[in-house]
Amino acid sequence: MASAEEIARAADRRDIRDRWLLSAPALVIIFVAAIGPLFVMLAYSFMVKGDYGDVKFGTFSLDGWTSVLFQRDIFDDTLGLADAHLTILWRSISLSFYTTVLTLIFGFPTAYFIATRPPQARDVWIFLVTIPFWTNLLIRTFAMQQVIRNEGLINTALISLGILDRPIQIMNTDTAIMLGMIYVYLPLMVLPLYASMEKLDFRLVEAGYDLYASRWQVLRRIILPLVKPGVIAGSILVFIPSLGAYVIPRVLGGGKNMMLGNLIELQFGSGRNWPLGAAISITLMALVMIALLFYVRNVSRSEAGHG
Amino acid sequence: MPEQPQRNAIEVRDVRKVFGAGEHAVVALDTVSVSIRENEFFTLLGPSGCGKTTLLRLIAGFDYPSAGAILLHGQDIAPLPPFKRPVNTVFQSYALFPHMTVAGNIAFGLEMLGKPKDEVKARVAEMLRLVRMEQLAGRRTSQISGGQQQRVALARALAPQPKVLLLDEPLSALDYKLRKDMQIELKRLQGETGITFIFVTHDQEEALTMSDRIAVMSAGRILQVGAPREIYDRPAQRFVADFIGESNFLKAEVTGASAGRATVRLASGTEIPASLPDGFSPSGSATIVVRPEHAQIGPDDSGAALHGTVENVVYLGTDTHFHLRLDDGSTFIVRRQNSRGGVGEDFAQGSRVGVLLGMDAAQVLKD
Repeated sequence: MASAEEIARAADRRDIRDRWLLSAPALVIIFVAAIGPLFVMLAYSFMVKGDYGDVKFGTFSLDGWTSVLFQRDIFDDTLGLADAHLTILWRSISLSFYTTVLTLIFGFPTAYFIATRPPQARDVWIFLVTIPFWTNLLIRTFAMQQVIRNEGLINTALISLGILDRPIQIMNTDTAIMLGMIYVYLPLMVLPLYASMEKLDFRLVEAGYDLYASRWQVLRRIILPLVKPGVIAGSILVFIPSLGAYVIPRVLGGGKNMMLGNLIELQFGSGRNWPLGAAISITLMALVMIALLFYVRNVSRSEAGHG
Repeated sequence: MPEQPQRNAIEVRDVRKVFGAGEHAVVALDTVSVSIRENEFFTLLGPSGCGKTTLLRLIAGFDYPSAGAILLHGQDIAPLPPFKRPVNTVFQSYALFPHMTVAGNIAFGLEMLGKPKDEVKARVAEMLRLVRMEQLAGRRTSQISGGQQQRVALARALAPQPKVLLLDEPLSALDYKLRKDMQIELKRLQGETGITFIFVTHDQEEALTMSDRIAVMSAGRILQVGAPREIYDRPAQRFVADFIGESNFLKAEVTGASAGRATVRLASGTEIPASLPDGFSPSGSATIVVRPEHAQIGPDDSGAALHGTVENVVYLGTDTHFHLRLDDGSTFIVRRQNSRGGVGEDFAQGSRVGVLLGMDAAQVLKD
């Protein structure tokens, strides 16, 4: 007869086996579909580029990585900073930053307004905020184009009101890209902000007023610290896709106002420089990772604060 | 101690509060007027939904009255936002700031008033000492017990030295023993600080124990204001008598009234003296109230005011309740204190008894 200990050990073994079997599909997806391609990209970034795209397998080169920031002079072969890439990198970071700040400025009062409505009304407002998600991004971006182009809604209205005598050029500028990104990513800011504000105990706000805090002080000393996780989550949710935006700069920025997403596409497409494309992709991912690390550190700190 | 103890700290004048509009309008306060004296422990007592918390919120400034005025030391504060009123609140849920320490919570009001750092520090230390929380100054508010949170909430509200402290059922979340301790603690704090306390509760025992004066509220109105003894011994209305303590209600005929005293004829035909509510002169039929401990049970003879049969005898340790069925069919309860020696005459279930009412046992009600 098997001892109780042996039975327990056999059951343990079965448990461990079942656990691996059950998690196998998820592991396959993670390794094959998510991590695998990243290693392919990493490998490509260290190879020599093929003449018509692709890479030459079995070769090694740092050219992909050096060309992220530097370019080789055609005549004397010296390295100089790749101004175009730096401009694009800077445009990506600064536009993403402004987009995040502006969506926060517009999203915060919106989320606060929704969170202070009666429960049924809140559902309606949240529903309205999510409606744009039902429409294809490309269509929403073209809709934005209709609003801001020279013969578009804004210019036509301002001219017919006599405020302007000729249209202001918004299309194909950084402003156009930013307007597009604010419009598209605003719900991604409002939703996490709303989620943390909904949990906010508004009696704390009353307690703040009771203790002589003005509206501004209540916002700064009580509401903001308590909804900080929502502010950080919303900022990350807006900043990351902004950094890698492709469709919006392509449609609203015209050909010359590129962002990182467009630069990557260019390298894999007509640029025929896959190692550079791969290196820029990984750079973009690194930027995102840094942003995420910042996020995780802040959230865990503020959660420790809540004890 | 204030020089003029009779000065009013708060005067509520004809205040109405209506929530909503049209057919959904709810009248939370229906033309309420009350004066709360300086350095007084004043309690708003009533069942839930009677408007007591609404009145407190109007004084705090979280809501604005639909009509009427609220005066603080003679100045109308009704239109001021809460952060411009020298009034602080202890919330039912305490509403401590979870992202601050105990000391940070207590310092908050002082910081918002722009007090210099040294003064804030000294005052916080003083408050921590007052509520006996010196050891826990650096703790997060989530790391301390309910009773300790209660003390922090008190210290936080007292720190800016408000003219009036508002307390919204602050003891309701504590267990019985802690609640008893805090009742004494609150009374001590009120005495030490000399601040006017306005205390909201639905617990009659709490109100009777702690208050200098009580306002009994029902359905958006203040029914009676008076010292605990006055409220208990001389309830003016049926609701007051019923809400606080136990009561026997009897139908009676008023046969004569003068200077706060009346003579009433009971259903049994006996005439007894009764006291009248202030400024009330009844005529015809009225309801009188007799507290169970103000009546005495005795033999069924002609000296008794009421006659009936014992339906039930309930032994409660400290005293015994005799549930009687009077001859006119109504019920009546007599409470008799127990003692270890002679228990007096024993009245078993089913026996005929009489009820003796002293000179001051009966009170005529306004309604």
